[in-house]
Order: sequence, then structure tokens, then C-alpha cells
Amino acid sequence: MSKPRVAFFDFTSCEGCQLNKLNLENDLLSLLELVDIVEFREAMDDKAENYDVAFIEGSISTPSCVKRIYDIRRRAGVLVSLGSCAVLGGVNAMKNLHPADWVQEAVYGDDKYLFPSIPVQPVSAYVKVDYEIRGCPMSTPEFLHVLKSIVLGRKPEIFDHAVCVECKLHENECVLDKGMFCLGPVSRAGCEAICPENGQYCTGCRGLISNANVGGAIHMLKRHGFSEQEAKKKLQMYSSLNKLINEAECRHA
Amino acid sequence: MRKDLNIDVHHLTRVEGHGNIVVNMKNGVLEKAELDIVEAPRFFEAMLKGRNFMEVAIITSRICGICSLGHQIASLKATENALGLEVSEQTKILRRILTDGATFQSNTLHALFLAAPDFLSVGSVFPLVNTHKDVVLAALRLKRLANDIGDLISGRAIHPIRCVPGGFTKLPGAGDLRTLQEKLKTEGMNDLRFIVDVIASLADKIPSFTRETEYISLTSPEEYAFYDGVICSSDGGTYPVEDYLKVTNEFVVSHSSSKHARFNRSSYMVGALARYNNNHRQLHPFGREVEQKLGLTAPCYNPYMNTVAQLVEVAHCIENSIQLMDRLLTNGIKFEKPNQTPSRYGQGIAATEVPRGILFHDYTYNRQGNIVAANCIIPTGQNLENIDDDMKKLVPEIIEESKEEITHKLEMLVRAYDPCISCSVHMLDVEFIEE
Repeated sequence: MSKPRVAFFDFTSCEGCQLNKLNLENDLLSLLELVDIVEFREAMDDKAENYDVAFIEGSISTPSCVKRIYDIRRRAGVLVSLGSCAVLGGVNAMKNLHPADWVQEAVYGDDKYLFPSIPVQPVSAYVKVDYEIRGCPMSTPEFLHVLKSIVLGRKPEIFDHAVCVECKLHENECVLDKGMFCLGPVSRAGCEAICPENGQYCTGCRGLISNANVGGAIHMLKRHGFSEQEAKKKLQMYSSLNKLINEAECRHA
Repeated sequence: MRKDLNIDVHHLTRVEGHGNIVVNMKNGVLEKAELDIVEAPRFFEAMLKGRNFMEVAIITSRICGICSLGHQIASLKATENALGLEVSEQTKILRRILTDGATFQSNTLHALFLAAPDFLSVGSVFPLVNTHKDVVLAALRLKRLANDIGDLISGRAIHPIRCVPGGFTKLPGAGDLRTLQEKLKTEGMNDLRFIVDVIASLADKIPSFTRETEYISLTSPEEYAFYDGVICSSDGGTYPVEDYLKVTNEFVVSHSSSKHARFNRSSYMVGALARYNNNHRQLHPFGREVEQKLGLTAPCYNPYMNTVAQLVEVAHCIENSIQLMDRLLTNGIKFEKPNQTPSRYGQGIAATEVPRGILFHDYTYNRQGNIVAANCIIPTGQNLENIDDDMKKLVPEIIEESKEEITHKLEMLVRAYDPCISCSVHMLDVEFIEE
């Protein structure tokens, strides 16, 4: 059997997820035995016609992004979104919270038409996405897990439980009990609660769990002394496109 | 003699972000020689609107995966200046070690993984796994070691977690720090010496182009400046960081979604070579050793040598972080609650040297500690006009060479600047009107 042909593409993003792959240092050589990397602009010159697996980093935010993502989808067997920008729109999508004209004009003035920009969307808004790897940045163990599963023809295991679960398994003191803000109760895990582990609060970089009770979370945060406005604003850092947040109502006084 | 030339490199490879090289010569007249920046604009300053000071560094870190630490440090310093938050000596030492680690990591990545394939005439580092396995393994170990510094002190090398306004949320253990320091002294220095010897044997692959320009960096009487200092121009004079707008003078050009900059001349250069030209007297002995082995002498006006200056800085940063770790271990690492009680509000400006050059963050906060105005000026944006000027001088000089060779030299030139294009189009100069 020939090795699967793997390609990496970057859209609107910080390219930190790709960089994290180059940070596989210890596993990079064994990875190269498993797959052929046929396109990876940030690290190599080669270009390919088609790919068995295409990894997409970044969100879609310009007309030329749209054309490129359609083209890549046509050439790709399996398509995987990589990181919060690709999966959720990520921090880029906060731009959508402001009127587009104002944002453009404030930056470029009269020259704004030189640099077209459209509302930020995740990759899945335009093409079919087979698998998602979340996180800002994505975690390398999870990336390896998904890649290995695809190579083996298995369905990768996708996490859909709250960060609180992993935080408890790490025996961390509850961030909320420490008097800090935290989005752990409604945010998707898979990160091994790395932020609480390091003394920070969970910013919800992997988006919300699929059955999140956002109203309940806001109520809980209010009980801990944070306003509804603050809770929503912080939920919007990564998940501003998630309807659950915008529609959430806190039913309790 | 060649009269016409058309070069269009679409989405230049082995650089961070999306750029095209466009050269156009007609009847012997060079009509165009420029780097087009086609990266999607990101509007970070707009995202910061209304955000609380505790969140700002988390967001600005996401401007760039490669320089996330640098953006955090510049961001935290600007916030602390605006809100009057003093930080401890220990915090400053830890941040300096992180800055060394980030420079070590990024310079290694660029010099050994992105630029080095050009010296060996291959398209990426991957074929070198078969032909130069020991070098690739040493380079991978170095990169890992650099990331270990970020992992140990900030919790994660990309998008650090523990750095917050006023200090750190968690500190490294003395034992772990000692182990890391030992590894830097042995494995780190040995691997770098081994690689530098290999690179020294390839020195003839670096094109011998020169163009003197203005070099701008931070400078400090105390050290080879990365973490802090004042603005220094090779054309003379130092300027307080607060005067950064007088130095950067940004302007919009139609071929770039990132703004360009100029000061005393039509363009200026920032980054490793600019720092080296301005501050080379302050290099540590290990930096000096690599400088001599690689034949770098100050002042150097060959932009291709930026990659060499990066390796000199790697050596300097390794030695500097070893020394700083000594200071920490001698003083004893004590947990300090981060100082997060603002004593004023208003504007705060800060600069840090990140791997690609001098970085400015400028915030204005309201009484509630929320952002009302933000501006970030990025090294790559400051270099763009200088790259265009280099290309305009270089193309006529090499016009008799084959089109492939010209293209290759132009690609190498842009790569030598180690451009970080995602950063440069983060978007600039947004003035918010307070609601």
C-alpha cells in the first residue's frame, strides 16, 4: 500500500497550529515514515494536484479564500479543519461583531476597496468537513491521534465533554472557587485543562460542548459575581458565531 | 543584454503567511519589483475594542503563532504602563528568559528549517532527513530545547498561558529550571556548535549583495536589547519608545494589505541584522564565537546575512538565558501574587524586540480598564519597503543571470528577512469612538 498523501493549507490565522506540527520534533521523523507530505507552503516548495488528506488551518474571510477552499475540497479525499479559526471562526470572527464598513475604513481609510474582506466564517460554512481538531492552538497529541486514525481507516474519537471533567481528573482546585472567571463548565475538552492547570481560567478556545446550557452557565457565573454582559463577552472570544450564546437567556434573576 | 523580464512568484513558500514576488521589466526599464502582501486582513485592533485589560494579551497573542510570546510581552508591558502596574524583578527576569527562548526558537526555525534548504539546493527540510540526518536531528533537538524554555516558564510555547498583567500565574520549580539550564549548557551549546560548523562550510551559498540602509532596533546600556530599551537608529540618535510614531511613519500602498514604514530614508530595516549592527558590542562570548565562525562583521549591509545574524543571536540567547537562570536560582523562586490593581488609566506604549524586529503596542484604557484605542506596529510591516528597495537594486545587478536564478535569489532575499506576514496584516491604527 502506498503512503497516504497529506497536505496542509493555511487561511486567515496566525499559523500557530501549523507551527505546532513542526513542534512535533520528536515524532516528526516517524510521522514522515507513515505519510507523504505533498504540500505544506510554510515549510516546503512542492505543490500537488490532489491529496488523500487535506488539513485546513484558518478561517474564511476574503473572496479569494472562498475560491481556494472550494478548489482544495475538490482535490481532497478527507478534509480536516485544524484549530479554532478553521472550526469555529475563532478570534477572527470577533470582527463580525462590528459593522464591516467601520472596521475597513478605520484601518485603510479611502483605500479600503483595495483589500476586500467578507464576514469571517469557519471552513464548514463553505465545504463539507470530515473531521475537526479544535483548540487555540490545536494540541499535537490530538492531531497525531486524528492522523493515525485516518491512516488506519478508523473514525477518530472526538471529545464532547466539558473542560471541568478533565480539570477534575487533573485534581485542580476549581477556578471559580478561587474567585476567578471560568468557561470550563460549558467549553469543550480535549486540552487536558491546560489553562486551569497553569493558573489561568478557561477561555473556551475549543468552543462549546454540543448540549451546552448557556443560560445556566451565565446564571452560575452571575452567582460567582460576574455580570451577564461580561459572561457573554468572554464566551464570544472564540464562539461569537455560536447561536446558543446570542440566544442564551438567563432565566434566573 | 536582457530587455524584458517578468517574474511572478505566487504565494512564496517557506515564509509565514501569503506573499507574491512581482518583477516587471520592459525595454530595459524596471517598472516593478515588489513583494505583494496578499494575506487576508484580520482587524485585531477592532477585536480589542471594549475588552478588559485581563483579556488583551490573550487576544493579541493570537496575532501570530510564531511570535505569540513577543506579542504577549509587548502587550503586557503596554497594559502595565497604561494602568500603572509595577512588576517585580523576578517577573522581569522570567520574561527576559522567555524572550531569549522565543528568539532562540524562532531564529532556529527560520535559519535551519526555512532558509537552510536554499543553501543545499533543496525545496524543504524533508529531503535533508535522508541526506543530512545528523544535522536535521541536531536542529530538531535545538528547536525542542528552545520550546522547552517556553513550556517550562509560560506553560506553553505557542500562545503562552502563565504570563498575565502584573506577573505570572504559576512559576517553574527550581529543580526543573536547573535541569533545563544544564541541558542548555551541554546539549544546546554542543548541537549549535555542530550546526554552525556545517553552515560555515556553506557560506559561499549566501549571495554577495549589499545595500546600506537605516537600521532600527531597541538599544540599552545594560544588555543586547530584547526585552526593553530605547529606539536606536543607525543614522544617529536614540528616541524614547513613546515617540514611535515619529519613527515608523506608516503609509498605505496598493500592493500590500500590510502598511509600509519609513524614517530618515525611503525605507529602514529591523530584525536580527539591525539589532546586530546597532548592538553587536554587547554580544556574549558564545555569540562572539558563532559570529567569528560564520564570518559576520559589523556593520554588515548584506540583507541575506540576516539569517547568519539570527544564528549569532541564538548563541547569545542561550548564554543569556543560562545567566538569567543562575540569578533566579541564586535569589530563590518565590510565588508573588500578580499586581492587577490599576493605579491610573489612559495611554500606555511599549516596545519589545521580537525575532523579526522591533514591535510596538499602544493601548488606551478607560476608567473601567477596558480598551478604547489600540495600535500595534509589527516588524515585518516595517521591513516591507526595505525589501522592495533591495529588489529594485538587486534585479539590475543580476539581470544577466537566468530567470530561474534571478527568481531564486529574489525568493532567498525575501526569506532572509524571515517575514511574518500574518503578523503584518493584523491591521493597524484603529481609533475607537467610545460609546
